Amino acid sequence: MSNDAIPTTQKRYSPQTEFLDGIKSELPILVGVIPFGLIYGVVAVAAGVPPLAAQAMSAIVFAGSSQFLMAQLFGTATPAGVIVLAAGIVNLRHALYSASVAPYLNGLHKAWKWLLAYLLTDEAYAVTIIHYRQSEEGQDRPENRHWFFLGAGLALWSVWQLSTAAGIILGQQVPGSWSLDFTLTLTFIALVVPALKDRAAVAAALAAGIAALLAFTLPYKLGLVVAALVGIAVGLLAEAKK
Amino acid sequence: MTLWLSILFAGALTYTIRLSFIQLFANREIPAFVLKALRFVPAAVLTAIITPELFIQDGDLSLHLANGRLLAGLLAILVAWRTRNVILTILVGMAALWLLQWLI
Repeated sequence: MSNDAIPTTQKRYSPQTEFLDGIKSELPILVGVIPFGLIYGVVAVAAGVPPLAAQAMSAIVFAGSSQFLMAQLFGTATPAGVIVLAAGIVNLRHALYSASVAPYLNGLHKAWKWLLAYLLTDEAYAVTIIHYRQSEEGQDRPENRHWFFLGAGLALWSVWQLSTAAGIILGQQVPGSWSLDFTLTLTFIALVVPALKDRAAVAAALAAGIAALLAFTLPYKLGLVVAALVGIAVGLLAEAKK
Repeated sequence: MTLWLSILFAGALTYTIRLSFIQLFANREIPAFVLKALRFVPAAVLTAIITPELFIQDGDLSLHLANGRLLAGLLAILVAWRTRNVILTILVGMAALWLLQWLI
């Protein structure tokens, strides 16, 4: 993130400048997205997702962690209803991003709103909201800021599609005896452990983990949904006790 | 077929969530309770997926040393905790699993 993104004078930015700034701001994040996309492609194939469906997931769902989750659940023969429900729970956080950017998109044409909603990922949101807040502080006239969002969103979209495609191709060359499906579990561990920053979060994770083992025999893989709800409830309780 | 249905419905659901406050209920606030609950979603959902993968083998709880995934997973948790590095966690976890599979 460069400091010159903060406008000091009341200057109007053209759509092109905003668009290119959006791409530029997204670049450092893309370095981390490429391996993540590669891993997704490899493990989705290892979990038994057909290559075309694995790529379609990148285009249609377009949300990394839920794609990992769906691949994992499909690999363990989970019914469609539970897969969709689990993906919905994991993607609920996007409602936060939606609420957070909504005031800035007020007044835009519907077509813009629908397009930008499709591009509203963790990674595009992160740089866009910073840009929106900075241009607010700089008293800049903000009429072209949605082009920044578009630049960041499209940069991420293209890199995600290409890196998952590369991963899918790579994954098809790997024999099943390599147990690469385990990289899914390892990816989840790598994502969840650093997120356990306080006691309430640890309590939520422990409760969900134990509940998942106890509820493992529930039909239709409903144990996952039950365990997630137990974890969330315990997290809320632990926080309320403080 | 199940998979394609899941992809279409999960895609529609995710898109609806993303569009929610931008278009569908613009100018409405998220209830405080939901905000608080959302904070725990990643930790709860992901851990609920991880533990059965580590502890359950062939449909049964498996706590013995012959469970390579459990040992490799615990090592990966340690690496993730100390380094916060996704790639390193995956590499160490896979290396451990391969070694244990070869030993056992």
